[in-house]
Amino acid sequence: MTIKARFQLNWPDFELNVNLEFPAKGITAVFGPSGCGKTTLLRAIAGLEKTSRGYLQIGGMLWQDGNYFVPPHKRSLGYVFQESSLFQHLNVRRNLEYGVKRVPVSERKVSIQQAVELLGIEHLLERRVNQLSGGERQRVAIARALSVSPKILLLDEPLSALDLRRKQEIMPYLESLHDELDIPVLYVSHSLDEVAGLADHIILLEDGLTRGEGPLAEILTSLDHSLAHGKQASAMIRTCVSGYDEKFGLTSLDFPGGRFTVAGKTLSKGQSVRLKIAARDVSITLEYQADTSILNIFPAVVDQVNDEGNSQVIVRLMLGKIPLLSSITRRSAVMLDLKPGKQVFAQIKSVALLN
Amino acid sequence: MILNEADFAALQITFELATVSTLILLILGTPLAWWLARTSWRYKFLLEAIVALPLILPPTVVGFYLLIALGPHGPVGSLMKWLGGQPLAFTFTGLVIGSVFYSLPFVVQPLQSSFTAIGRRPLEVAATLRASPLDRFFTVAVPLARPGFLTAIVLGFSHTIGEFGIVLMIGGNIPGKTNVLSIAIYDHVEMLEYSHAHWLSGGLLVLSFLMLVIVYALNRRFSLVHQ
Repeated sequence: MTIKARFQLNWPDFELNVNLEFPAKGITAVFGPSGCGKTTLLRAIAGLEKTSRGYLQIGGMLWQDGNYFVPPHKRSLGYVFQESSLFQHLNVRRNLEYGVKRVPVSERKVSIQQAVELLGIEHLLERRVNQLSGGERQRVAIARALSVSPKILLLDEPLSALDLRRKQEIMPYLESLHDELDIPVLYVSHSLDEVAGLADHIILLEDGLTRGEGPLAEILTSLDHSLAHGKQASAMIRTCVSGYDEKFGLTSLDFPGGRFTVAGKTLSKGQSVRLKIAARDVSITLEYQADTSILNIFPAVVDQVNDEGNSQVIVRLMLGKIPLLSSITRRSAVMLDLKPGKQVFAQIKSVALLN
Repeated sequence: MILNEADFAALQITFELATVSTLILLILGTPLAWWLARTSWRYKFLLEAIVALPLILPPTVVGFYLLIALGPHGPVGSLMKWLGGQPLAFTFTGLVIGSVFYSLPFVVQPLQSSFTAIGRRPLEVAATLRASPLDRFFTVAVPLARPGFLTAIVLGFSHTIGEFGIVLMIGGNIPGKTNVLSIAIYDHVEMLEYSHAHWLSGGLLVLSFLMLVIVYALNRRFSLVHQ
């Protein structure tokens, strides 16, 4: 199952020209700076923006092809808008029922009850919309979008209007969406942390054009793309909690290239955890350093070295099949004689748990 | 009670006229207001100007042209004659046509601004929740524009009741047929029957005030609820 989307839009001050093909599975992030056309792309997929030339196919459903255009209300999709979009004249329950009532019984796969439980909004059902906090509104909006049993879920920066605390309140619900429902999600965001924490696949958009597209861990660390350069460059590694060391208060996290040791115990065994490792927190040695305070040291192979144009170089390392970025000075790279294929050790000073 | 039979007849005709006119205005004005609120047609201001005309024209001017149009030699009158009917001048139907035109801005403008205030977003949301365009209009636009409808109904109704100039021109003041309240008051004053005039005027004043109080109170409640 794939999603094929081709849109061309020429407005006086804006242009969108994309040709995408990505898996209709998991969470695909559409990432890029403000004004790059992320929302327009999402609206075009929903049919809210009519492009004269376009093609859109979601799995086996054709929604647009030249003059053939399925209007939005006949597309099986769920859409969550950036700002609160609940109907002010209906309470929470009737907001949820609005969509379900219009879906033929035979097509109802997600019940209101399921959506309500998944988003944890049982206690809000009889409330008026104006009695909800920003975070609660977005949870209701997501539940409402889900309860129409969509074939694809479109989320347009659902967290951007919320403060950090509200964001952290919603993130677990989005993760459980990912784990429990088999609905492809297109997630628009300009926050790299949100994307790194949620997405499986990523589409990079800039000035209305696609700048890259592929599995998240690949694109984050691919030196051909913008994300792997600059200060925010980092790698995402999927791990699984494998144990806890009572004596030192350390948790061990396994991944196909080895085992991470991190401080603290907030996780249960078997839980999957995403780690974000900033390139500037990764240093390189040629010999294994036994006498060091750094806990996480992995053998690695240099994959690529890229001169960043100032005193820095960025090195792409492979821990087995898992890519990692390291940002070091050009002088160090010369002294260590880093070249593709060279065996080194990656020392990781700190990792961030994304969930 | 000091009111006579003719006064009651005038009262009845007035309310019938206002009710029929308001209903017709809602049926015609709602789609027009909706279209004006949503269209990006560059000449829409022309239509808006025409709708607003009765606000500034002396009613006698509107009445005069309607009289000519509806009379036996006017275009509408000729058409009616050709169809085998009566000319509409000096009839209840003529009054309704005049009132509908004259009260149009009082219905269209509050509706249009209500529809504009809703914006596109709630309708887009409804579209993504499988509601067809007509469904969206009735289940989202109309309920959200409720304050606008209330204002439109009351203003349209009261304005029709208070009309004088047009009614005089095309109604012809036929007792029991086209003699409405505002004209009855005028007649009483002409004949120096001040107590009759007092009763009718006072009644109308209190009634109009009450209706407006109800509208503003309800609109305040709606806006509080929707905040």
